[in-house]
Amino acid sequence: MTASQLMVAERLSRHFDASPSWLARKLAGTPRRILKAVDEVSFAIPEGATLALVGESGCGKSTAARCVAGLLAPSSGTARYRDTDMREVAKGRAGLRREVQMIFQDPYGSLNPRLRVGRTIADPLVALGIAGSRVERRERVGQLLREVGLSPADAEKFPHEFSGGQRQRIAIARALASKPAFVICDEPTSALDVSIQAQILNLMRDLQDQHGLTYLFISHNLAVVDHMADRVAVMYLGRIVENATREQLFSAPAHPYTRQLIAASPSAGAIGKRHEPMRGEVPNPANPPAGCSFHPRCPAATNICRSERPELRSLGDAREAACHHAEALA
Amino acid sequence: MPDAPLPIDRDSDGTVMSEIGQAPATSPVLSADQGPLVSVRDLVVTLNSANPVQLVRGASFDMAPGEILGMVGESGAGKSMIGTALTGLVASPLAITGGSIHYRGRRIDRLQGEAMRRLRGREIGAIFQDPLTALNPVFTIGRQLVETIGEHLGLSGQAARAEAVSLLAQVGIPDPQGRLDSYPHEFSGGMRQRVVIALALAGRPSLIIADEPTTALDVSIQGQVIELLRDLCARRGTAVMLITHDMGVIAALADRVAVLYAGRIVEIGPVAEVIARPRHPYTQGLMDSIPELGRRLPRLRQITGAMPRPDALPPGCAFAPRCPKVIEACHQAVPAFDADGPHRAACIRTDARVLAA
Repeated sequence: MTASQLMVAERLSRHFDASPSWLARKLAGTPRRILKAVDEVSFAIPEGATLALVGESGCGKSTAARCVAGLLAPSSGTARYRDTDMREVAKGRAGLRREVQMIFQDPYGSLNPRLRVGRTIADPLVALGIAGSRVERRERVGQLLREVGLSPADAEKFPHEFSGGQRQRIAIARALASKPAFVICDEPTSALDVSIQAQILNLMRDLQDQHGLTYLFISHNLAVVDHMADRVAVMYLGRIVENATREQLFSAPAHPYTRQLIAASPSAGAIGKRHEPMRGEVPNPANPPAGCSFHPRCPAATNICRSERPELRSLGDAREAACHHAEALA
Repeated sequence: MPDAPLPIDRDSDGTVMSEIGQAPATSPVLSADQGPLVSVRDLVVTLNSANPVQLVRGASFDMAPGEILGMVGESGAGKSMIGTALTGLVASPLAITGGSIHYRGRRIDRLQGEAMRRLRGREIGAIFQDPLTALNPVFTIGRQLVETIGEHLGLSGQAARAEAVSLLAQVGIPDPQGRLDSYPHEFSGGMRQRVVIALALAGRPSLIIADEPTTALDVSIQGQVIELLRDLCARRGTAVMLITHDMGVIAALADRVAVLYAGRIVEIGPVAEVIARPRHPYTQGLMDSIPELGRRLPRLRQITGAMPRPDALPPGCAFAPRCPKVIEACHQAVPAFDADGPHRAACIRTDARVLAA
């Protein structure tokens, strides 16, 4: 990977033990069940760019984000921020919290209801020891509130005095307090109304331009991803099935899953259009199908898809897909 | 029209207690087979507290038999409250304090107790957002279906079971016979929502109130449920009030759409018309602020500010403080609809009659 990559994930995996208890296993004679929430996921994010991680619930996108944020140690593989292995951060051995911050989906759950907003925003400054004096802190909180479109006077209020959109602005201000370079956004607008969503997306793009932020942007909403991302990685059952630039992915998707996901996205522009609904459902991740895990739902599946797992491979022009038939289907 | 809230007693799971309510005040203004299926006039729903707050402030609309009417709006706009009023589930501290609801020409907004209970389910079914809480976790879905079928169709035993299997098959559950004895937790989210749809259809209603029926589902499953609802309703001639915040779902499913803002319908019309040529500045702003696949703009156009809280509404048009086209007169009076045709908006800036005056 080139030196300009800010975050590089290499064969990142996170497995969870979903087995029944030891006794139940012995009595029923069942083996351990390992749930591969994230399975050998690799991607790189250049400095200043936005990589979107897309997929349906249970595909492992949030678990991948937690590993990348250093909140969860991976089972194997690495997530490397500049020269630091995020595993060290997850284990509390390396301090990177200043540079890597996270914005969560639910602005109602992510703010402490008992703390005044100013205290919430100043918390990272205190925790990371970059606080300065009380006056400096108040100054910085006011400046952050202004940056996210609120007023410095709002620092004295409590979260319940704000609407959902304003709360997400507060969460963004808190994430920016330590002047991070890399921000992981996990469904930052999914809980918001569309007119508010537009405000938050615009704000996030403005802040990226002003501060040169790098985003890992997690979403299930393809239209939002199309608006925010430079590159898009599509996940299915813990694995990346396609990784391409935004233009490539949306104009000529290579993987059948990506294609169906785009076709199934509800769009206000498609009035009365019959969607071709995707067949079947996401299989249980604790017991994924053999071969390509998408094959039971794939209209193009052949014998090889049922027996052999396709690896993510380059299709030329900076695009990768994990499909045996990617070229033939293009 | 009495302004006093209707005292409706409910037990803990929300069903009306079986006390027989007063005789329904029927006013057969429309005969059952030619008029609209539903006719709502100036509906007001109030939250009674120390300072009563109107959550729905005079909504009027009709629904034709078999029609899918979308109700779209942001959280707090009052869209769910209208659905709740139609299902007769408005419970204290909420109350219908004005206007009327007619179903097949019969006034239903003052029905209580058993009379409402007979209407609900058999005539008016409901589908809610979260399929996990809509089903009782301790009973098999077969038992829940058979109970509902018995209640509404008077079937029992084998006949009820056969009807339950047929319903599960219609909503696309594989192996319906075998799944009858499964519990809700044994189904995936999408399959659970299909069961909820089967339950709503069990009484063979003419109207289904679907409140965010696809919001809790993944995109790929959402498409399946949309197609299912459309096919079933077309086949059975069931009308649907589709309550959602998602214009994409409205575009895929609805015939007409009503846009709500701060408790009022600000625009109503055929879906294609409203989406292609939105008239109300709020609808215009809403459409512009939705990111569209394949239409990347440097910035999304955004509506500044947020919807006012129902207890702090501005005078005149509630959208005026956020409106790019606001004039002095907007703050004076609540605007009426600008036209009599099928597509109308409540805005004086689009009203040729006001502009000419």
